[in-house]
Amino acid sequence: MQIHDQPTLKAEARNLNFYYGEKQALSNINMPIYDKKVTALIGPSGCGKSTYLRSFNRMHDLYPGNRYEGEIRFFPDNTNLLAPEVDPIEVRMRIGMVFQKPNPFPKTIFENVAYGLRVRGENNKRALDDKVEQALRGAAIWDEVKDRLQDLAPNLSGGQQQRLCIARALATDPELLLFDEPTSALDPIATGAIEELVHELKKRVTILIVTHNMQQAARVSDYTAYMYLGEMIEFGKTDEIFIKPQDKRTEDYITGRMG
Amino acid sequence: MSSPNASDLHQVSDRLAKNAMRHFSERLIEMVLFAAATVSVLTTVGIVYVLVSESINFFHSVSIVDFLTDNQWTPLFDDAHYGIMVLISGTLVSSGVALLVAIPMGTIIAIYLSEFANPKVREIAKPVLELLGGIPTIVFGYFALLIVTPLLQTIFPQLPGFSLLSAGLVMGIMIVPYIASLSEDAMRAVPMSMREGSYAMGATKLYTAIHVVVPAAVSGLAASYILAISRAVGETMILAVAAGMQPNLTWNPMEPAATITSYIVQVALGDLPHGSIGYQTIFAAGLTLLLITLAFNIAGQWLRRRFREAY
Repeated sequence: MQIHDQPTLKAEARNLNFYYGEKQALSNINMPIYDKKVTALIGPSGCGKSTYLRSFNRMHDLYPGNRYEGEIRFFPDNTNLLAPEVDPIEVRMRIGMVFQKPNPFPKTIFENVAYGLRVRGENNKRALDDKVEQALRGAAIWDEVKDRLQDLAPNLSGGQQQRLCIARALATDPELLLFDEPTSALDPIATGAIEELVHELKKRVTILIVTHNMQQAARVSDYTAYMYLGEMIEFGKTDEIFIKPQDKRTEDYITGRMG
Repeated sequence: MSSPNASDLHQVSDRLAKNAMRHFSERLIEMVLFAAATVSVLTTVGIVYVLVSESINFFHSVSIVDFLTDNQWTPLFDDAHYGIMVLISGTLVSSGVALLVAIPMGTIIAIYLSEFANPKVREIAKPVLELLGGIPTIVFGYFALLIVTPLLQTIFPQLPGFSLLSAGLVMGIMIVPYIASLSEDAMRAVPMSMREGSYAMGATKLYTAIHVVVPAAVSGLAASYILAISRAVGETMILAVAAGMQPNLTWNPMEPAATITSYIVQVALGDLPHGSIGYQTIFAAGLTLLLITLAFNIAGQWLRRRFREAY
């Protein structure tokens, strides 16, 4: 099985540095993201994993004083996502994101999922209906909400809100989906549902997920990267990272001696 | 714990004495606060009592049906008519003009300050804007009469020297800071995570502001609009100076007309005998004004509950 050993590259960070003003938050990160795989980012709080994740869709551009160095290459077209001439809005059109705390818009369930489509200029009622249904099915929430699409999204439960946010991100067929600790605000049952969903989604989309929870990383991911103090300490297949980490610091973190 | 010796006991009684002292001062402060609250409540009750009791006297001589349906307001003439609609029309037209200016302008300024302006601009612009709200309304009144009316007359030559249009426009400018400031507060209270959710979908700043931030802040916006309506309906000086004071049942902003408030000024400045029917009209008019603003405030409360922030 060559394919399993040599997955296709979807993105690759090359010598990535990132600065919040004067403060360096990421140093010299090199890391591949493989197509249709789940890659988990683990590490103690403040290690830069969220900062790294948010570099992919240029969220740092929203705040003044932030600066990138290096590249994140995005395939198959080999675009450098961080290049100043690349429009962050174009980047975000291709890369979806699900946040730590569910953040549905104060709109109906339907309009939440249709949001990205409308941003892209889709206003055809039938096309919207179809894509909204597909996205809600894809996020495993269709059966719960199909009879109440016109209800306000903020009235859903936390777990449902998060799956709605996943549906919202899926509706526009992103090539890469970023998850920033998507279950940290959820109870264990809702967490289980999201993890199952991540497992299902990797058939169609590449996933990069930040998690505090090492069991979660072990359960859902194919590849894991351990970050510490803004550096990438170790990257590898999840099984290998968890069974025999190469670096002492990774081992300490995974076995709970640190962090 | 060992048994207490003399000095320990002394300390304890000291502490108790302090405690009693503190208790007393707490009570005193509580009483002062209560008294202050009572004064404001009693004042309101007193005002309502005076308005209602004088109005009852008024309605002994004039029927409510006449009051609401007569299309003339001539309480000081020999052939007296008491049709409050004449004054209400002036109030509603001038307030309508003011809100047509203030709501769009205030909302747009709020969106700019909250979503687009960089922090330095906001730090300067917001206090300056709020200063505009501190200008005495009499100054606005003369601004309307001496500058805005002549300016408007170059566009509409048939515009008279006093008009609801001119007064309403200036009143709108006066109200802008209230709407802009309160709406900006409401929009800034929308959590950043909600904006990020929209940006992450590829939305622009403007799209995010219109489709996410404004709907999320809608209860605050509604509250600011209601406050603006109350200000417009209750505004007196600008109208007394620039809108003319002749009672005129009209829905045309190009005409001069009296409003409820400017009528009250006019009568209160005259020397009507206490207890006469002319004197009582100002209480009936005042009560009407109170009921109008009360209705808007209740509507505002309802809106705020209906669209409570969901984040």
